[in-house]
Amino acid sequence: MNELEDIEIQLLLEGVARFYGYDFRNYALASLKRRIANVLRAEGVKTVSALQERVLHDAACLERFLLAMTVNVTAMFRDPHFYLTFMTKVVPLLRTYPFIRIWHAGCSSGEEVYSMAILLHEAGLYDRCRIYATDMNAAVLAQAKAGIFALNKMQEYTNNYLKAGGSQSFSQYYTAAYERAIFRPWLKEHITFSQHNLATDGSFNEFNVILCRNVMIYFNKDLQARVHHLLYESLSLFGVLGVGQAESLKFTPHEHQYAEIVSGERLYRRIS
Amino acid sequence: MTFELVVIGASLGGLHAVATLLGGLPGNFGLPVAIVQHRHRESEGALATVLQRASKLPVCDVEDKQAIRSGIVCLAPADYHLLVERDVFALSTEAPVLYSRPSINVLFESAADAYGPQVIGIILTGASADGADGLAAIKAAGGLAVVQDPATAECRVMPEAALESVVADHVLPVPAIATLLTQLGAGELKVAP
Repeated sequence: MNELEDIEIQLLLEGVARFYGYDFRNYALASLKRRIANVLRAEGVKTVSALQERVLHDAACLERFLLAMTVNVTAMFRDPHFYLTFMTKVVPLLRTYPFIRIWHAGCSSGEEVYSMAILLHEAGLYDRCRIYATDMNAAVLAQAKAGIFALNKMQEYTNNYLKAGGSQSFSQYYTAAYERAIFRPWLKEHITFSQHNLATDGSFNEFNVILCRNVMIYFNKDLQARVHHLLYESLSLFGVLGVGQAESLKFTPHEHQYAEIVSGERLYRRIS
Repeated sequence: MTFELVVIGASLGGLHAVATLLGGLPGNFGLPVAIVQHRHRESEGALATVLQRASKLPVCDVEDKQAIRSGIVCLAPADYHLLVERDVFALSTEAPVLYSRPSINVLFESAADAYGPQVIGIILTGASADGADGLAAIKAAGGLAVVQDPATAECRVMPEAALESVVADHVLPVPAIATLLTQLGAGELKVAP
């Protein structure tokens, strides 16, 4: 309970929001403070005020700050049973649509977007899909677009893929070169990557599926309410919303307009 | 000073220790309890089920932004850090700390920051140094530091690491920690001896 530091953090976030338009003011405070402490160490400054001076006057420092404020820990087929449930319960619904629009909100470096593309490919639906993958952070979005991931992760991802019900050989989806796994270019043929900030931007289309997993946990309740409203507005009737393993729609503004597809699997269908 | 929150960290051997501790708390225990037990990242739900058998208090895996309520035992879910904000729990998937997610340090440091001297921090058995920094943060903020007596721990590494980093207010076997908590929770004992 360092009162001065709390004030300094408020001033920093206020400055960044007003000058640059990146709004972290309604991020969940406890984990945000940890990330700010990490930035202080990395930048070698002692106080949040000193960091503020640097972030506001040095564009390169702002880039580092933005990258450090968002959490970009992800994995292919993360929570494999989520994908398994998606395949068994959601894919049959999607088969009835001639064209399927999917929004992956907060896609980070893209591992889960490629996972979904692979799943849809194996379901025979990918040609009918358009995936909009968005993130507020241009740097991670560039990584996502490249579709190149560390080769030493492939064993873990292969295990996840198999647990998720993957029916083919995972290695066919990438080429290995120089410690890197370069994912097949055709996998991104139906993916549009673009910058979108859930804290400040609005709805931009209507979707049959929206995935927003482990993104809203970094927001406070006010910002969560805003985002839930945005997702609800962007989802077609009977569209599907997927959130993270420890997230639920309980106590969110539209909880009664969704029905759980499978209990405990964090997949919901908009019913009104 | 009255206490508002109990945070507990346990690792190797923790299942038995945590079950014993929870089993020693009365059904009307008056403080919220938050626990990080190191666990496998795909062990959803199983831990809560096992601990519920031992506990008179309801035990659950935390959902994001769940309210912090007295008499409820909240577990860090598998593969997430558990953090405390004033009145609500928050989760994070940030990188593991000391190879652990959930991390005891992350829970304890956030509790110290949000609740200051109103926190009771407890380190139990384990084969890791996780929790030592967090318990020091609780102590530095004026909270109460409790460590399982290493001689009684299934694995003494974690309690010993905690004792190296902080002068604990109490070093006790697990059943005595339950008795202490019961007294503190009932407001019978307000100042550390």
